Amino acid sequence: MNAEVKADTLPEKKEFWRWQENVWIDETKDWKTAKIITCGIDVGSVSSQAVLVVDGELYGYNSMRTGNNSPDSATNALQGVMDKCGMKLEDIHFVVGTGYGRVNVPFAHKAITEIACHARGANYMGGNGVRTILDMGGQDCKAIHCDEKGKVTNFLMNDKCAAGTGRGMEVISDLMQIPIAELGPRSFDIDADVDAVSSVCVVFAKSEALGLLKAGYTKNKVIAAYCQAMAERVVSLLERIGVEEGFFITGGIAKNPGVVKRIEKLLGIKAMDTKIDSQIAGALGAALFGYTLQSKKAAA
Amino acid sequence: MIANYGYKDGSGEYYISIDTDKCISCTAGRACLTACPKLMFETITDDYDDEVTWIKKPNCRTLAYDCADCKPSGGYTSLPCMTACTPGAIKHSW
Repeated sequence: MNAEVKADTLPEKKEFWRWQENVWIDETKDWKTAKIITCGIDVGSVSSQAVLVVDGELYGYNSMRTGNNSPDSATNALQGVMDKCGMKLEDIHFVVGTGYGRVNVPFAHKAITEIACHARGANYMGGNGVRTILDMGGQDCKAIHCDEKGKVTNFLMNDKCAAGTGRGMEVISDLMQIPIAELGPRSFDIDADVDAVSSVCVVFAKSEALGLLKAGYTKNKVIAAYCQAMAERVVSLLERIGVEEGFFITGGIAKNPGVVKRIEKLLGIKAMDTKIDSQIAGALGAALFGYTLQSKKAAA
Repeated sequence: MIANYGYKDGSGEYYISIDTDKCISCTAGRACLTACPKLMFETITDDYDDEVTWIKKPNCRTLAYDCADCKPSGGYTSLPCMTACTPGAIKHSW
């Protein structure tokens, strides 16, 4: 006979993988005086962002987790940032959708691939010196080359497995029961460098991590081994298209120093710094594309 | 632009690269579209409003298997897609 389990007796499940969602507005600008307001909405497999650009400059954004419905995720992301500044949808002149759910953004005037949008966004965030972009997304990884205008000249994407992606890091965060934002710093809190976990698949890497814990590895050592594996995996991807100076990392993993520092060490190149949230690069690029398209439309 | 379609997994790297600069002004009449026995190639308008060829999305994750018929283990001297693409825009990584 099966024992009955009451819901209120179950232990509370902590979401260690949950990253910081945020809304930001540039208080120094007034959108009401702007000539052109555009919006980029990046509906990714894990996170969704809505970015507002006024007269070609970043004005505000909302970054949140993607739900199980792409149109709702797009609507919620945009509504969050519009509420923050008192804007309405009819105030926005052009909306561009990007990311996996780009064709499901209900109010988008155009859909553009995340590859082109990340290049354009990185060009804005890092300046026209950006040449190589690594986008470490929720469920894929992209290596992109662009010119001084942010136009893609070479790209490569790996979306066949979750290794080397944000989702893989979330799995390890949950397994270790350590908040995802702490993984990077903790991966350096070890006595000596560790070898990367050998598995390229997240499922097997999880099993291997459990094996290492049983073998006496500390949690920090296991995290370091996973960060190293992730770094090695994306570096092999980057090496296929080559890495040039002006190296920029976008996506959520750019916030994980445990992976970023290891990538820099393997490549022998330091990633460019930015004050803008690396996770909004795709949506920002989409909004900038929107600005260009709307400007052409207005001039015609 | 060099567009790489495919993937890397535990068994190797499987990418088909398309040089879209050569593809935009195709002088082969888009022969790649019909040359591929699996009909993996497709013409699209890219993000910069250029008409180019790409690999259909589902095939990007199964290239090693999709191209197997054209790459028998006994060896091969040419591939239909690369032969058809006289501008030389298509390359295989494996």
